Amino acid sequence: MIPRTAKSGVTLAAIAAVCATLVAATHRLTTDRIAANEQAWLEQSLLPALGDIDYDGSITESRLELEPPHGLPGNDPAIVYRAYSGSTPVAALFAVTAPGGYAGPIRILVGVDAGGAVTGVRILEHRETPGLGDGIESTRSAWVHQFDGRSLGNPPAGAWQLRVDGGEFDQLTGASVTPRAVIKAIRDTLLYFDAHQAEILDMPATAEPE
Amino acid sequence: MAGHFIERMQTGLWRENPGLVQLLGLCPLLAVTSSFVNGLGLGIATLLVLTCSNVLVSATRRWILAEIRVPIYVLIIASLVTCTELIFKAWFPALDRSLGIFIPLIVTNCAIVARAELFASRNGIVASLFDGLGMGAGFALLLMVIGFFRELIGKGSVFAEFDKLVGGDPLAGMVLVDGGWLLAVLPPGAFFSLALAVALKNYLDGRRKPARQT
Repeated sequence: MIPRTAKSGVTLAAIAAVCATLVAATHRLTTDRIAANEQAWLEQSLLPALGDIDYDGSITESRLELEPPHGLPGNDPAIVYRAYSGSTPVAALFAVTAPGGYAGPIRILVGVDAGGAVTGVRILEHRETPGLGDGIESTRSAWVHQFDGRSLGNPPAGAWQLRVDGGEFDQLTGASVTPRAVIKAIRDTLLYFDAHQAEILDMPATAEPE
Repeated sequence: MAGHFIERMQTGLWRENPGLVQLLGLCPLLAVTSSFVNGLGLGIATLLVLTCSNVLVSATRRWILAEIRVPIYVLIIASLVTCTELIFKAWFPALDRSLGIFIPLIVTNCAIVARAELFASRNGIVASLFDGLGMGAGFALLLMVIGFFRELIGKGSVFAEFDKLVGGDPLAGMVLVDGGWLLAVLPPGAFFSLALAVALKNYLDGRRKPARQT
């Protein structure tokens, strides 16, 4: 007579083995597809911030991860992608964290061309109020488009502020904290790019963590 | 068998609907139903997991001693959910991004473990399969109805973003009004919508009962 506990243990082990096999098989079956999907999604989500810059190859291959303190906005690691035409760098994309959003940090993507002008800004992640602060999303309003083509001289760094604060940029109806945080992060990114342009564009890519 | 199937479906879809009557699985129900497509996506995923878990629990019920049945349910359900999540990530990446954490959280949907405990562990494989299909369909249908309603009131659109499910170019669906009553897509709107759905069901049941008696 087998003791009850031993029988329980064997049953549990057998079912655990079957379940693990099932999960492992599904994982094997899907892993390539998932990796391809994620790569495509990343590449696709980076494109809008590049505006109409022409570049060769894949931007995601030129990934550069900067650990804080890096001088860019936010205390999270900043990620930089470089776009090249031939071997000439034509633009850089900065994924940085804007502190000071209304409901926590806002993750934004700022594209800057080799001349220091903004090619595009997109919001990657935020928790702002639906209907008010979420107007920073390009799908909800045209607000982020006012930065296209702007640079540190246009307007000067001091005027990279909301109109109500004496700057040159529009705010969002009913929300001023959110746009203020985003504008400050864009300005700081531009200042950083201005100071470190050469090293950012020439640094070798950080290996993808496996 | 056909009669049995119809009875299980009736039970799951209406009489003991997991959302409307048993009030199980409310967390995903309230959280993801801000649009029809989200409701449909999570509904299909839950239906899939519930049906498979019912069949597996029923098939193994002979060998499972009462003391270890709960860990075994957890094992089976967790594995099925992990597989579903991987499948969604591979074939419906947009929907997976939009449902986010709620696909892995199907594990915690009490409707699934309740059906394993109350039904599948005491009935045959075929009956359990039908029960899973009925309960899953009942839950999915409720998700879709509430999603449809909230999307209509909150965003003024119908069947928007179907590309999340079928892939390809963004589909706008039918836009009836530009913008809508924001409250409906915010969390309170989910509670109001569910309350309305439960009230409507009770009203319909109440009307039917006296009619049968006379």
